[in-house]
Amino acid sequence: MSGKVLKCHVGIGPKVRGKALVADDNFSARYDLDRIKGIFSRPQHKLAGQSYVDVILVLNTAKGGVASAWMLYEMKSRGLAPKAILFNAANTILAQGAALAEMTMCDRFEDGDVAKLFQTGDELEVDPEKGEVTILSRG
Amino acid sequence: MKLNDMEKAMLAGEMGEPKRWAIDHQLKVGRMFDAADMVPVSQAHMMADPESIGEAGTVFMEKMAEHPEKDRRVAVPMITDPRGVDLNYYRPLGQTEEMAGIERRFIAASEKLGILMTNTCVNYQTIMPPVLGDHVAFGDTGVVIYCNSVCGARSNFEGGPSALAAGLTGRTPRYGLHLDEKRCATRRFVVKEQPKGLTDWGVLGAVIGRMSGSYWAVPVVEGIEQKPTSDEMKHFGAAMASWGSTPLFHIAGVTPEAQTLAAVGGDKLKAETVSKSDMDALRSNFGGKGDKVDVVVFAAPQLSLVEMQQVADLVKGKTLAKKTAMLVCTSPQVYPDAARMGLVATIEGFGAKVLQGTCFYQQYAREIGEANGWKRLLSNSAKIVNILGGYGYQPALASMEACVESAVRGEIV
Repeated sequence: MSGKVLKCHVGIGPKVRGKALVADDNFSARYDLDRIKGIFSRPQHKLAGQSYVDVILVLNTAKGGVASAWMLYEMKSRGLAPKAILFNAANTILAQGAALAEMTMCDRFEDGDVAKLFQTGDELEVDPEKGEVTILSRG
Repeated sequence: MKLNDMEKAMLAGEMGEPKRWAIDHQLKVGRMFDAADMVPVSQAHMMADPESIGEAGTVFMEKMAEHPEKDRRVAVPMITDPRGVDLNYYRPLGQTEEMAGIERRFIAASEKLGILMTNTCVNYQTIMPPVLGDHVAFGDTGVVIYCNSVCGARSNFEGGPSALAAGLTGRTPRYGLHLDEKRCATRRFVVKEQPKGLTDWGVLGAVIGRMSGSYWAVPVVEGIEQKPTSDEMKHFGAAMASWGSTPLFHIAGVTPEAQTLAAVGGDKLKAETVSKSDMDALRSNFGGKGDKVDVVVFAAPQLSLVEMQQVADLVKGKTLAKKTAMLVCTSPQVYPDAARMGLVATIEGFGAKVLQGTCFYQQYAREIGEANGWKRLLSNSAKIVNILGGYGYQPALASMEACVESAVRGEIV
């Protein structure tokens, strides 16, 4: 499987490499995170208690409020942010936040559900300019 | 993306650095969502509470404010969402000077850009509601969903940075809800239980939002027998946007783009039922009779003058329980009227506090919860109970009447 290239829509931010943290769940910086500790804090979230720092988050879609746009920038300024976020479908807020924070973000994968395409621990390379994610090695 | 001559000049920096940053930001976002060009907007509304912007966002705005006035001035009327600190009442809440300092700095920078500090999420009730077909760039999901759905305006969810960009350029990338085809219904819900009162409308919105499940889904609702009020639509939309990230709904025979089901393409969709049990299932996640209450909150969205009167009528002649606090958040536009009419005095005579220009969940909810020992929170807002679980609260939901009665007894009635 390693070296497999998956096509997605053209995204935002620089090309990055990192380890995937995958869940069949959604994302809101305000609702789901303890941004001081850098972990998912909402008890009902499938990644509750896990660190999102420096990983490539792989989640279904964005939820909730507009605050996430500023929050991605603020999180990145403190060095407590994911390297990238991959969604099945981003919403406008997360894309706008990624644009300000210069955080990598892609969505709309041609081969289907991101929760099935990727596994936690996969080493990924995300190229938003081309709209491609390469699985360098499996987790 | 196709740019006109003025937009090209902005991008080339000929109209100053703020506009260059702004249009460059808009192009990045527009590209991700396949925008063909830009569309002029009549207003912008920015969400930028200090908790979410932090030091980084404040410095960003301060740098923007250092540019020459002709370059930094917003191009269209631009207003703001609730702040995080009521500067007249923050120490008693356990908010710090550092929080207030960020607030003061951000306000000063915003004012230098010509931004009107309205500090409200009910601008569609108090400032300048947009009209049918009006392209706007609004932040706050509750503002966007109301203006799209009830007013028939056209806006995507614009996060703070993008609303700022739209204010500076006077335009926004033409994608999503600026396009006719993205406004057609994609899900059709038939309501079997008529909502009664604000909380019921919020619960119905939450259920439909959760079932819709994505920014790109557009629900059309059938079966509503009575025309809702603006406050009911406010709670319905705010909850739907919070639970589902939903920016637009239609109600057949009520909202302007859906005078008939067929007008939004709903007749071609499979009907899905929303039953009493769906609503009860959502309610059952939030609190039970006899549970202690640390704080009762009326907010999210800020209260209209009519809601302020409803709260005042309910608390009149009663006393807040000793170990329970109560906060009421309203807009700086409603507050002076409510004060003039004696409503603030009545509510505060009960033992509650009325805050202006803030909204509870946007004002360092985690920190003020810890400072005051608030964990068990009761509200009539289906939006706020969705948010606050992540902030360390155990939120409970009840009608405005039951919230006040619970505040008197110190436990959920």
